[in-house]
Amino acid sequence: MRRIDAAFAGRKRPAFIGFTVAGDPDRDTSIRAAMALIEAGTDILELGVPFSDPVADGPTIQKADERALAAGATVDMVFEIVREIRKRSEVPIVFLAYYNMVYHRGIDRFYREAREAGVDGILIADMPVEESDEVYKAALRHYIDPIFLITQTTSSERIQKIAARSRGYLYLVAVLGVTGVRDTVSAEALDLVKRVRKFTEVPLALGFGISKPAQATTCAGAGADGVIVGSAIVDIIEKNFKDPDKMDQDLRTFVASMKKAL
Amino acid sequence: MQNSGRFGKYGGQYVSETLMSALVELETAYATLRKDRRFVHDLAAFQKDYAGRATPLTFCPNASRELGCKIYLKREDLVHGGSHKLNNTLGQALLARHMGKKRLIAETGAGQHGVATAIVGAALGMPVEVYMGEVDTKRQALNVFRMELMGAKVIPVTSGTRTLKDAINEALRDWVTNVRDTYYLIGSVVGPHPYPLMVRDFQSVIGRETRRQVMKREGRLPDTVVACVGGGSNAMGIFYPFVKDNVELVGVEAGGEGIETGNHSATLCAGEAGVLHGTLSYLLQDGDGQVLPTHSISAGLDYPGVGPEHAMLKDSGRVNYTAANDPDVLSAFRFLSEKEGIIPALESAHAVAWVMKNAGRFDRDDIVVINLSGRGDKDVAEIAGLPGVGS
Repeated sequence: MRRIDAAFAGRKRPAFIGFTVAGDPDRDTSIRAAMALIEAGTDILELGVPFSDPVADGPTIQKADERALAAGATVDMVFEIVREIRKRSEVPIVFLAYYNMVYHRGIDRFYREAREAGVDGILIADMPVEESDEVYKAALRHYIDPIFLITQTTSSERIQKIAARSRGYLYLVAVLGVTGVRDTVSAEALDLVKRVRKFTEVPLALGFGISKPAQATTCAGAGADGVIVGSAIVDIIEKNFKDPDKMDQDLRTFVASMKKAL
Repeated sequence: MQNSGRFGKYGGQYVSETLMSALVELETAYATLRKDRRFVHDLAAFQKDYAGRATPLTFCPNASRELGCKIYLKREDLVHGGSHKLNNTLGQALLARHMGKKRLIAETGAGQHGVATAIVGAALGMPVEVYMGEVDTKRQALNVFRMELMGAKVIPVTSGTRTLKDAINEALRDWVTNVRDTYYLIGSVVGPHPYPLMVRDFQSVIGRETRRQVMKREGRLPDTVVACVGGGSNAMGIFYPFVKDNVELVGVEAGGEGIETGNHSATLCAGEAGVLHGTLSYLLQDGDGQVLPTHSISAGLDYPGVGPEHAMLKDSGRVNYTAANDPDVLSAFRFLSEKEGIIPALESAHAVAWVMKNAGRFDRDDIVVINLSGRGDKDVAEIAGLPGVGS
C-alpha cells in the first residue's frame, strides 16, 4: 500500500499533517525540525520547496522561503533533505511546490527524482486541474500521488474534475486568501468538507489558517480526514531556530497539543 | 483537458485554485462584452472624449534629418494621464463595472498604470488600491502623489526585490483574499488568460490608428515599427495590427548596464521559458528556476517576465527583440527632448535609442514609426539627480 493511503487507512481520528519549508533556516536545522514533527506524531509531512515568488503564501511562509534560499537551498538540497528523513522514517512526505521549479527542471525528471528520494505526493500551488495533463501523467508514471487544492470558490463541476485526478488526499483550503494563522475556522470551510464529500472517497484534509487545538477539534467534528498546519509550525521555527533545542521541544509540544485535540 | 488562451505553447492559467472561478467569470464576461455594441460604443466615447484619442502620428523633421530616415512618433504620451496605459484601464474598468465588481486593485512599476487606474477609478466612482514596490515609490514619487490626489490608495510593497514583480505578487494575494468583489486590473499583456489577450485587444487601438494615419500621410505602410518591451503592452498594441503585414517589428528591452553584466531586464534576449504570475512565457531565472532580480533605469521595464504573445512572436521570428542599455537610453532621452521638444518616458526612450543606434541601416525614404508610449515628466527629477547630468 502507498504510504499516504496507509496513513489514512483505518483511522478513527483525523490525521495531523504538518508543513515546514525544506531548508528553513538551513539544511540541518530543517531536518531536525522535520524529525521533531515526525517523532511527535505527525502523520504526513508536507515539505515546501522554497521559491522566490510564493504567491499563494502569506508573510510567514514567504519569509521561510527567503531564509532557506538565502542559506543556499536548491532543488538538489531539497531532495537530499528528503533522503535524510527517509533514512530515519517511513512517514509519508508530500512536496508543496510552485510550478516553475518543476517546469524548469523538467517535469518528468522532477517527479522521477522526487520518487527516488522518497517523496509520496506532490501538490503544485499554481497548477489548476485544467493545466495539469503533463504533471498528472508524470505523477502516475512515477507512483507519486497527485494532490490538488479545492477552495470555497471551486464549482461543483470543477470539484468533480479535480477529484477524478486526485490520489492520496484532497487539500481543502479553509479560507479565501493566502496561508497564515487565523483565529477561527469559518462555517464555509466546514461546509466545504460536506460539499466535496458528495463527490469523492478520497480523504479530505483542511488547511490554511489552522493553528490551534480548538480549530483542529472543529475540523474533526466537521468530518475532515486530516488537518494541515503550516504557518504555526513555521512560526515556531522562525522564533527559535537560533536555539535549536528549544525549537525542537516547542515543535514537539505543539504537535502533541494538536494531536490531542483531534 | 482544455488549454485556455495559448499563444503557441505559451500562456495558460497557472494560478491558485481560488482564482480559477474568477478567471472563468472574467473570460465569460469579456467574451460577451467585446462584441456588445453598447460596450464598444461606451469605450469608444471614453477614448475620444476623455482620453483624447486618436493620438497624433507626429513627423519629426529634425530627428529625421539627423538620423537619415523618416521618423514618426505615435504620440501615446498625449493620452490623458501621460501614457498608453489608459487605453487598457478604461476597457477593463468598464468591464469590471459591468461585472458588478466593487473595488479595483492594480500593480504598478513606474506608476503610469497606477495613475491610469486611479484615473478610471475616479471617473467611474470605484475605489482603487495600487500595489507599488517600495523602491519604485521612491523613484517615482510624483506618480505616487498623483495617484493619491485622485483618491487611490498606494500600498508600498516591502517583500522580495520591492519592485514591479513583488507588486504583482501582493496584488495577486489581495485578489485571492477578496476575489468575490474585487477586480484585478492588470496593466500589461502578462498574467493568466484572458489578461494577455484582453489587454492586447484594448491596446491595439494604438496600431489601428497608426496604420490609418501612416496610410493617409504616406500612402503606404511603414518599413519598421519600434516599441519598448517590459511586460509588453504598448508593443503588443502597436505590433498586433501589423503582424500579418510586410512590416519589420522591433521590440526593445531594457539592457540596463549591459546583458553581459547580468544587471538588466531583457527577458526575451536573455531569459528562457518559465512560469511566473500565471503564465508560461520567457522568464529571467537562475539554473534552479528561481526568478532573478532585474535592473533597468526605467521602473516600467523592470520586470523579469514578459507577455506570452511576445514569447511566441520571438520563437517564430516575426518580431526582432533586442535591447538598449542605460547610457544609450539617456542619450535618446536628451536627443528627442532637444531635437523635437518632446520629452519621452525613459521606457519609450529605449525604442528611440534603438533607432539612433541602427540609423545606418535605413534609407532616406524609409518610414520608421516609434511608439512613444509615455511622456518623460515623471522621470525628470530622477534623471536630474544622476551623476554628471545636472549642469
